[in-house]
Amino acid sequence: MRDKQIEDLKDYKYGFSTDIESFKAPKGLNEEVIRFISNIKKEPDWLLKWRLKAFERLKVLKEPDWQKPKYPKIDYQDLYYYSAPKSFKEKPKDLEDLDPKLLETYKKLGIPLQEQKRLNGIAVDAVFDSVSVATTFKDTLTEKGIIFCSISEAIQKHPDLVRKYLGSVIPITDHFFATLNSAVFTDGSFVYIPPNVKCPMELSTYFRINASDTGQFERTLIIADKGSYVSYLEGCTAPMRDENQLHAANVELIALDDAEIKYSTVQNWYPGDKDGKGGIYNFVTKRGLCKGKNSKISWTQVETGSAITWKYPSCILKGDNSIGEFYSIAITNNHQKADTGTKMIHLGKNTKSKIISKGISAGKSDMTYRGLVDISKNASNSTNYTQCDSLLMGNKCGAHTVPYIKNKNSNSNIAHEATTSKISEDQLHYCQQRGLNQEEAVGLIVNGFCKEVLQQLPMEFAVEAQKLVGISLEGSVG
Amino acid sequence: MLKINNLNAKIQEKIILSGFNLEIKPGEVHAIMGPNGSGKSTLSNILSGKKGYEVSGEILYENNNLFDLETEERAHRGIFLAFQYPLEIPGVNTNIFLKTSLNSIRKAKGEKELDALEFLKLVKEKAKELKFDEEKLNRQLNVGFSGGEKKKNEILQMSILDPKLSILDETDSGLDIDALKIVADGVNALRKKNNSFLIITHYQRLLDYIKPDFVHVLMGGKIIKSGGAELALELEKKGYENFN
Repeated sequence: MRDKQIEDLKDYKYGFSTDIESFKAPKGLNEEVIRFISNIKKEPDWLLKWRLKAFERLKVLKEPDWQKPKYPKIDYQDLYYYSAPKSFKEKPKDLEDLDPKLLETYKKLGIPLQEQKRLNGIAVDAVFDSVSVATTFKDTLTEKGIIFCSISEAIQKHPDLVRKYLGSVIPITDHFFATLNSAVFTDGSFVYIPPNVKCPMELSTYFRINASDTGQFERTLIIADKGSYVSYLEGCTAPMRDENQLHAANVELIALDDAEIKYSTVQNWYPGDKDGKGGIYNFVTKRGLCKGKNSKISWTQVETGSAITWKYPSCILKGDNSIGEFYSIAITNNHQKADTGTKMIHLGKNTKSKIISKGISAGKSDMTYRGLVDISKNASNSTNYTQCDSLLMGNKCGAHTVPYIKNKNSNSNIAHEATTSKISEDQLHYCQQRGLNQEEAVGLIVNGFCKEVLQQLPMEFAVEAQKLVGISLEGSVG
Repeated sequence: MLKINNLNAKIQEKIILSGFNLEIKPGEVHAIMGPNGSGKSTLSNILSGKKGYEVSGEILYENNNLFDLETEERAHRGIFLAFQYPLEIPGVNTNIFLKTSLNSIRKAKGEKELDALEFLKLVKEKAKELKFDEEKLNRQLNVGFSGGEKKKNEILQMSILDPKLSILDETDSGLDIDALKIVADGVNALRKKNNSFLIITHYQRLLDYIKPDFVHVLMGGKIIKSGGAELALELEKKGYENFN
């Protein structure tokens, strides 16, 4: 019985695929495809030009190769850059017109979109391959002047806001994957919180990759105007496929004076099978700009999926007294690899940053924490506190910590602590002697190790994340 | 309840126990005394299911072959080990650990799991009996606890789990006289008709407070002499060296 339960858990339960006819751009990366994407999204001319400019830039950029996890060369000409359910050639106006297969897919993922079954207190934007299929609770949010919709819709309805902020944190010249995204991005979420509004519910985007041979190029833009607050959460899953699929997202956050953005990620992309076949390449650029004084951006991530996770959600602390936080749990099992961490760029005076990173590696996996703390000359009286803890399970996995610290201001203070530990046989034995089975014991110990980060997640997701942490490590001991 | 026949145990080719025999009936309290390195802790490790030993012989627990049971199954069936060195588990709240443990065992026995309120009521009552500082229950398991607090925490767990066979592995070492009395009170409170105890100790001191039915002297991997409570006193007088 127990074995059966464990077997069930070991399976990636989001690994199903939806049999839905899709409408795709021709394979390959070229100007035509970019025009195709821009055209199908009925984009204004400036945006097409912006995309093409990015594409020009891309031609001279090289794929970075300084990261620890290496991967086989990606053939960018052999990918689809746009894939949408056929029924989306003309986007359905409301849920009644939505393909029932899509509703069923999200229901299976635990994200009901229909009005009567919506999640309490959480507004959801559901992105399927290259398109947003539905956004819930729109009316409730509109009353407060909050804009929460797909980026495609925002380009149509709020072009001024998009034009002002798109690429303002991650410029189109940034680096290979970010520039690639700027050229071919398809969908993602857009959030605008007006001045002095506290968003009354969690905003959440659920990303699903379904089609094969397709890259997902998500673009998300969140703007918190003066004195506002928003908590946003993204979740991600994909079917089990033998090939590696690319998810190269760009996420930009902008917090103006006295505003706060809390951005949480529970990333559970398909990690590949036990032998390391298949899985998502999760190459993501996430950057937040604390533009105004007293602003705050807090990243919390639980990274359990993907064959390779390569991302550094960062904060640029430009406004005086602004605060940046990064809380991370990264788990690698079997053959998974992760190179993740953050960058805290202190530009304003009295800026504070805090980094809490918990890395857990099991199986034959490899984990790197890489982080930059950069305190500029003018950022007087700034502080950073970094704590990096690694937990190893078994003796075939690796954990590495690579901190870069630059302090150009003598009035500022940086503290760095790092530990590496192993789950001991004795700890497991102790828990088992108290009646817990081995998997429960591992779950308990690991959740204890991650507690500081799990506490940062919105309540509704903390329990889910806690379970996910346990499941990701199933079968990793003994 | 527990029957050990001709138990031999090796670890990395080193013989620790050889030809070890012991029988514990329901309701009995047995004390095993022996010098350092005589195999006392190996015995408690093997009974609790710790891996890494090469064993032969037979251990029957309630007529089942103990070697067929996983560590947690042994716990579910009422075997409890108060560890000589209780483990620290950072980040895990003591109360939550206790509740998870109790409910795992209750679930395995087909009993209703306790909800948070029922559990808190139980744990408060037991903590009070053992004069265990309630505030510690909200701390991380054994992290920053003194040696004595860790040992008292073991006894608290024992009294909450209400096991059938409790093995106390040198629970008395490192305890001051007040803590020793509290530990003894905890054991005595559990001494019901069918609960049995195996108390492993260096010293006779604990046995002043917990009166054993049988005392065994363990030397060189086997029991060399068994007797009543008076044997402990004799041992204390002569020392292990001149015993035999």
